[in-house]
Amino acid sequence: MPVDVEARVIANTRLSPDYNVIALAAPDIAASTAPGQFVMVKLGRGFTPLLRRPFSVFEVLRTNGHVDGLTLLSKRVGVTTSMLFDAVEGDVVSCLGPLGRPFELLDPPAEAWMVAGGVGLAPFATLTEALRGRGTTVTLFYGARSGRELFYLDWFQARGVRMVLATEDGSVGDHGRVTVPLERALRVAGRPQKAAGDLPPSSEASAERRGDPPERIARPTLAGRGAQRPDLGGGGQPSGSSITIYACGPEPMLEAVAHLAARYGRPSQVSVERVMGCGLGGCYSCVIPVREGRDGWRYVRSCIGGPVFAGADIVWD
Amino acid sequence: MPDLSVQIGSLKLANPVIAASGCFGYGVEYGEVVDLSLLGGVAVKGLFLAERQGHPPERIVETPAGMLNAIGLQGIGVHRFIKEKLPELRERRATVIVNICGSTLDEYVELARILSDADGVAALELNISCPNIKEGGITFGCSLNGTFDVVSAVRKVTRLPVIPKLTPNVTDVASFARASEEAGADAVSLVNTFLAMAIDVETRRPRLSNIVGGLSGPAIRPIAVRMVYECRRAVQIPVIGMGGIASTGDALEFLIAGASAVQVGTANFVDPFICTKLLDGIRQYLERHGVSRVSDLTGTLDTSAREKQWISS
Ligand SMILES: Cc1cc2nc3c(=O)[nH]c(=O)nc-3n(C[C@H](O)[C@H](O)[C@H](O)COP(=O)(O)OP(=O)(O)OC[C@H]3O[C@@H](n4cnc5c(N)ncnc54)[C@H](O)[C@@H]3O)c2cc1C
Ligand SMILES: Cc1cc2nc3c(=O)[nH]c(=O)nc-3n(C[C@H](O)[C@H](O)[C@H](O)COP(=O)(O)O)c2cc1C
Ligand code: FES
Repeated sequence: MPVDVEARVIANTRLSPDYNVIALAAPDIAASTAPGQFVMVKLGRGFTPLLRRPFSVFEVLRTNGHVDGLTLLSKRVGVTTSMLFDAVEGDVVSCLGPLGRPFELLDPPAEAWMVAGGVGLAPFATLTEALRGRGTTVTLFYGARSGRELFYLDWFQARGVRMVLATEDGSVGDHGRVTVPLERALRVAGRPQKAAGDLPPSSEASAERRGDPPERIARPTLAGRGAQRPDLGGGGQPSGSSITIYACGPEPMLEAVAHLAARYGRPSQVSVERVMGCGLGGCYSCVIPVREGRDGWRYVRSCIGGPVFAGADIVWD
Repeated sequence: MPDLSVQIGSLKLANPVIAASGCFGYGVEYGEVVDLSLLGGVAVKGLFLAERQGHPPERIVETPAGMLNAIGLQGIGVHRFIKEKLPELRERRATVIVNICGSTLDEYVELARILSDADGVAALELNISCPNIKEGGITFGCSLNGTFDVVSAVRKVTRLPVIPKLTPNVTDVASFARASEEAGADAVSLVNTFLAMAIDVETRRPRLSNIVGGLSGPAIRPIAVRMVYECRRAVQIPVIGMGGIASTGDALEFLIAGASAVQVGTANFVDPFICTKLLDGIRQYLERHGVSRVSDLTGTLDTSAREKQWISS
């Protein structure tokens, strides 16, 4: 159940002129957050900004195994993100969460390939910890405009994540978008013996239709079916074992990743970013078209039906 | 303990704070977060007979102290509402006000008939004021004859309290309150949103896919208070006031201007617990001012000549 916390800023680290990581004393939210979930944040008491803004939970902070807060990775684009950038220790941030449907986790020998574009890195720290905790092999494909905007590389490396980098200016890793190395790796891994693209329609749409808050929805099988097919063999890298692709970043990137995943027969889970007014299913601002039936589709509220969807379920326009 | 109950026609509400339509989903979305039985009422999202997809995103944009929305009344239709949402609302003991919209007069009548037979509906709010759809709705709300016709047609087919929701996008809102009263409405509610727009100057594109949308939030409050005040003076039936309520003081302003109850819309997005917080605030205010019933506060605006007060410093 989401809670509303007036969280104190514990620390604020500027990573670049646009990016910062802000640590908030919101242990109750942090302790119950699943990878991919988000919080609705508001700074200041006035009407600028008026509405809360959604942010993925980046890290769950622990001291001696005791959860004492969370961090947000923020990119400065407007009023709230500027206030987050400028916040100082002791400031108070209203934090409502955790919200939304998390990523579906995988067990070995299935492999996780995470694809992050820019600030889309945010949900992958908690996902890494959850997957590595299960012994799942994790690769991070991480793209940004330049090497100066690739952050936390050591953090992921220290947790045994294989890193594949791409920058648009070519300063680090592949020259171009992150889908360049992703497609190369997918080609090398080949298609699984049984196409994994033909997943049954996920249950978000029907769950959203019921208006159930995420907690009460039976967990859908978004992906990770490979986990039930250990017969495919695996190990080694790159491998033809069952691979699930997780993606977060700008929507054109998500679309490209979902298409690539489908072409190479891999399931994908994408975390979409829509403008959200409330985060609780109250306003219907955050909808995304999701497939339904044979040729149909319907608008699903991404705050409760998502933000994580099966890439194959979304109607990309 | 002051008495917080209010009477809206034949309907007695436990208290005067209602979650406004379109700003609280179908209520069930908030069921785990808020105790719905503590609210004066829950006005559910506007319903048509049939399901509707609504407008494509972008559907909202923030503006100074407010927001524009053009959701386009995405909704599940009345039949699925009764089957899928109403049982849970009943179970959670919510006082359910169903906001209904039609493209034609017959559709309003049909909706009223269907909902009158459903178990757990406390009142009907006639949405004749949504600025975001082309057909029906606001075309009734912008014409005195249209308002009179739709209210009297619905009145004939239901025993439920009928509450037309008025648009502020007219010159003289009080005349629409009067037309509603003459047609047999039990109360009127106002305001719906103000037709508005916002432009991204870099791209010269509208901020909303629908180009225009409805303005809500604190920015509209002073205009809404004025309109409630005008309606209160024009009719005998209760007035339900809304528009930008975000604090106890805001809600009290509406009550003093003449509202018997208030609705809270946009503020729910900022704070899902706002309605119960307002109730606490109103209770404290009544105690502090020695008012035993909240209904005694309605329309108590003091416009007498101000006495000079000597405030020693
Ligand atoms: C589930 C979810 C998780 C998110 N996680 C993160 C995160 O971890 N870190 C992070 O930095 N951002 C994240 N975002 C995006 C973040 O919510 C927006 O950047 C933020 O709302 C901008 O607020 P602002 O007040 O700074 O900008 P505003 O002043 O509101 O807007 C400035 C500009 O940003 C654009 N904008 C506003 N909202 C969004 C949006 N949702 N997506 C893209 N552009 C937008 C506007 O169109 C406008 O041009 C997430 C969004 C969602 C839906
Ligand atoms: C996102 C959104 C959706 C709305 N949907 C409806 C609706 O379906 N029916 C209706 O009568 N009013 C609808 N409204 C109007 C509100 O109920 C209310 O009249 C208006 O927002 C003013 O109150 P506020 O400033 O407290 O939000 C909607 C408002 C918003 C912001
Ligand atoms: S953000 Fe309000 S319904 Fe999704």
